[in-house]
Amino acid sequence: MIKIGNAQGFWGDQAGAAARLLIQQPDLDYLTMDYLAEVSLSLLAVQKERAPTLGYARDFVEEFRGVIRRWEEGSHVKVVVNAGGLNPMGCAQACAELLKESPCLPKKIAVVIGDDVLDELKKGDDFPNLDTGESLETVKDRLVSANAYLGASSIAEALDQGADLVITGRVADPSLVVGCCASHFKWKFDEYHKLAQATVAGHLIECGTQVTGGISTQWTAIEDQANLGYPVVEMKEDGDFVITKPDRTGGFVNEQTVKEQLLYEIGDPDKYLSPDVEVSFLELSLSDEGEDRVGVTGAIGRPPPDTYKVSATFRDGFAAEGTVALFGTQLREKASLSGQIVFERVRQLGFALENTLCECIGLGDVVKGVIEEGDDRALREGMLRLSVRDSRKEAVECFAKAIAPLVTSGPQGVTGYFQARPKARPVFGFWPCQIPVDRVATDLKWVEVE
Amino acid sequence: MIREKVRLREIAYARSGDKGRNANVGVIAYTEEGYRFLEDQLKAEVVQAFFETIGVEETVRYELPNLGALNFLLKGALGEGGSRSLRIDAQGKALGQALLQLELMIPEDILCKCRP
Repeated sequence: MIKIGNAQGFWGDQAGAAARLLIQQPDLDYLTMDYLAEVSLSLLAVQKERAPTLGYARDFVEEFRGVIRRWEEGSHVKVVVNAGGLNPMGCAQACAELLKESPCLPKKIAVVIGDDVLDELKKGDDFPNLDTGESLETVKDRLVSANAYLGASSIAEALDQGADLVITGRVADPSLVVGCCASHFKWKFDEYHKLAQATVAGHLIECGTQVTGGISTQWTAIEDQANLGYPVVEMKEDGDFVITKPDRTGGFVNEQTVKEQLLYEIGDPDKYLSPDVEVSFLELSLSDEGEDRVGVTGAIGRPPPDTYKVSATFRDGFAAEGTVALFGTQLREKASLSGQIVFERVRQLGFALENTLCECIGLGDVVKGVIEEGDDRALREGMLRLSVRDSRKEAVECFAKAIAPLVTSGPQGVTGYFQARPKARPVFGFWPCQIPVDRVATDLKWVEVE
Repeated sequence: MIREKVRLREIAYARSGDKGRNANVGVIAYTEEGYRFLEDQLKAEVVQAFFETIGVEETVRYELPNLGALNFLLKGALGEGGSRSLRIDAQGKALGQALLQLELMIPEDILCKCRP
């Protein structure tokens, strides 16, 4: 049996989580960390344009300090992360720099490359949008990044060859876990039942504390939610596993947290797609294995498709949003009028904004139409949130300047405008498509620190 | 037969998130009896009607009887997708809490077997 933990559910998750998890669970064999959401790579592309040595999740390098300390104290945990983003080699070099001074040497860092397929997409053939069927030609000249979701085989190979740290760019999130299992148990990549089980395990822990009590419907029953434990998978050679968390940490792992996370961000539960295996959840079975321990069996695996999913991003104008507080009676009317005033001023200054939205948080606009509107004659309060998206940066900047004047020229009861001048930020559209597996050349590079 | 009006939250729990320009809401019954009731009553059309105001184009329901769960894929629920959507809930995180507020009519004798 091996223990695999996850200490990062997304780029921006709790700082210091890796070190804490390794202290709480010192017998961990593998530590995974997930940094890449759908649009993360577009942000990294902008970073890399400004400075070619960047383009990876720098937060990981800080987390890695904590890992080094544990290594120095005798831990042999292997670390597998997708923090490499668009520059996994740069990430590896930054990590190597930290390692140089450590007494825990030698250590081997493996870098998985090949997920970057931007050049392939820019060639002749079309890569139609998986959701809409549109031709890539409509956005081709604005492409910023294009990365294939690689599978677990390169990770397993890196671990087989003795890597202490594996840094990848885009890989399918569950493949971080699948790679650890396949290497450790010497699974073959046609043992689909086992790969399916490991994929479910990866799916369950990829969002960190979301399976240990985070965002649970039962949030009122959770103890010590400020110190939720990060999840740990205890995987057996045959693929059966238990999901748990370190002792004396907050939250809980039970049938409910596991079921909620199983259903998180999935489509057809009979066809959960990964580059390693197609998984069916329809025979999954959970068992109570004691306090904070849930057993999972029954994932069905089938051969994966012969294409990789690609997530490409393209420049799509600029956006900004600003908020002010509203207080008083006729709040709905006040919110609409305030929005109209701002957008009208921007129009008069020469910009008919392409996309605008006026929401009043507190009046039921987070999920529009679900909360009853209430009596507009009553004394109420809410946050006015105005947002725009436009292909012209100047238009968005003009909007940004037009919010604060509401305080002196809008209706009575506008306040809290201190953050009212937002910045125009670039927007990236998301272009999901597919690429044949044989057009993607993956490789391993090594950085050895001695 | 006496029927009682209940909120979905009394017999089920939920979690929601984004899938590109679509959102999904997983609804899980507290009991087997509750699952059978929801499988029968909580049709895709019911959920589609509930979320009509946020502009869902189509709702597809998937059943997971082994987990006592239903998964609703809300197509087009996030407008133009996570990064381009202007909405505060661009990732559909609040949709689970919203759907749990749905009102259902349930026979009294079944209701007592559906609560946790």
